[in-house]
Amino acid sequence: MTEADCVTCGAAVALPDDAEVGEIVDCGGCGTELEVVGVDPAELAEAPDLAEDWGE
Amino acid sequence: MEVGLLYSRIRPDEKLLLSELRERGHEVHKVDVRKATFGLDAPPEPLGDCDVVLDRCLATSRSKYASRFMAHYDVPVVNSPETAKTCSDKVETSLALAEAGIPTPETTVAFTKESALDAIEAFGYPCVLKPVVGSWGRLMAKLESRSAAEAVLEHKETLGHYEHSVFYVQQFVQKPGRDLRVLTVDGEPIAAMSRTSDHWLTNAATGAETASFDLDPEVEKLAKQASDAVGGGLLGVDLMELENGGYTVHEVNHTVEFKALNAAVDVNVAAKVVDWLEAKVAAEAADDAEADDTDADDADADTAPAEVGQ
Repeated sequence: MTEADCVTCGAAVALPDDAEVGEIVDCGGCGTELEVVGVDPAELAEAPDLAEDWGE
Repeated sequence: MEVGLLYSRIRPDEKLLLSELRERGHEVHKVDVRKATFGLDAPPEPLGDCDVVLDRCLATSRSKYASRFMAHYDVPVVNSPETAKTCSDKVETSLALAEAGIPTPETTVAFTKESALDAIEAFGYPCVLKPVVGSWGRLMAKLESRSAAEAVLEHKETLGHYEHSVFYVQQFVQKPGRDLRVLTVDGEPIAAMSRTSDHWLTNAATGAETASFDLDPEVEKLAKQASDAVGGGLLGVDLMELENGGYTVHEVNHTVEFKALNAAVDVNVAAKVVDWLEAKVAAEAADDAEADDTDADDADADTAPAEVGQ
């Protein structure tokens, strides 16, 4: 299992084996929504805030 | 086949699609639309080489333009820009459904707070005020009194964006605590579910309970008609059951999420979608080959010596 540091609190966040760039994970430490911006090596960034026109 | 995937967020739905495509050996090019740029002459690489591009943009504004650019580049795109344009705007959707004679909730559009209040009063209470663009049940208001209507209209006016001054007022449909979602590919249903909630909003995104729904011929027919009315493609058609029998189609979603549906039914939804994509790409390739043959025949005819009559 791959881990990367939360950009908000620094906690180690576990990523699924099939993590994809663009996927969202939650930090178990502080609850921040994080976007996977790299998988090799694993890297996280704070996820963008919800926008009004998001959806299906 | 080579498949482009336009995205800004990889949701569980996109992961299901990516997994199915890759397992079948298709080459997938993910393109983050936040980083790509779209010029007038050529598509961002490598989308020009793709047999089909899937528009899975999370943001409606990006989806509309990105799919339009793909069509401009002559790159097959799912869904088409025409479908995206119709489905991304509730006014356009209502008009398309009404023009096709499909039962849909009564709707009135107004452009000022005052005329919107007139429309609301004409419907009576409760009625519903929806944003023209938006999803997941956000900013939907069930209006139960004039004072509530006045407050919501004032808030909408204050929000500032011009779209909030397009007031989309709709009858409140008394549904049996649930609505229905049918996922279709060019009108053919892949699977369907009901979404049940104690709340008047029954979106899966707002926590509604989902369960497999056995399609009846009427729902199947309406889902196909609704798909045709908005231009076809990969769609989520939403219907409500009416108290006196029958159904009404209230929404058609063009970047449809299917994680909840996939969990509710015994169908591998992503596999069915990829089956459809493969068939679509094969059909387009066959059409192109036929067109090439016709062009070659025409060229032969042009260069052949003219027959001399007796």
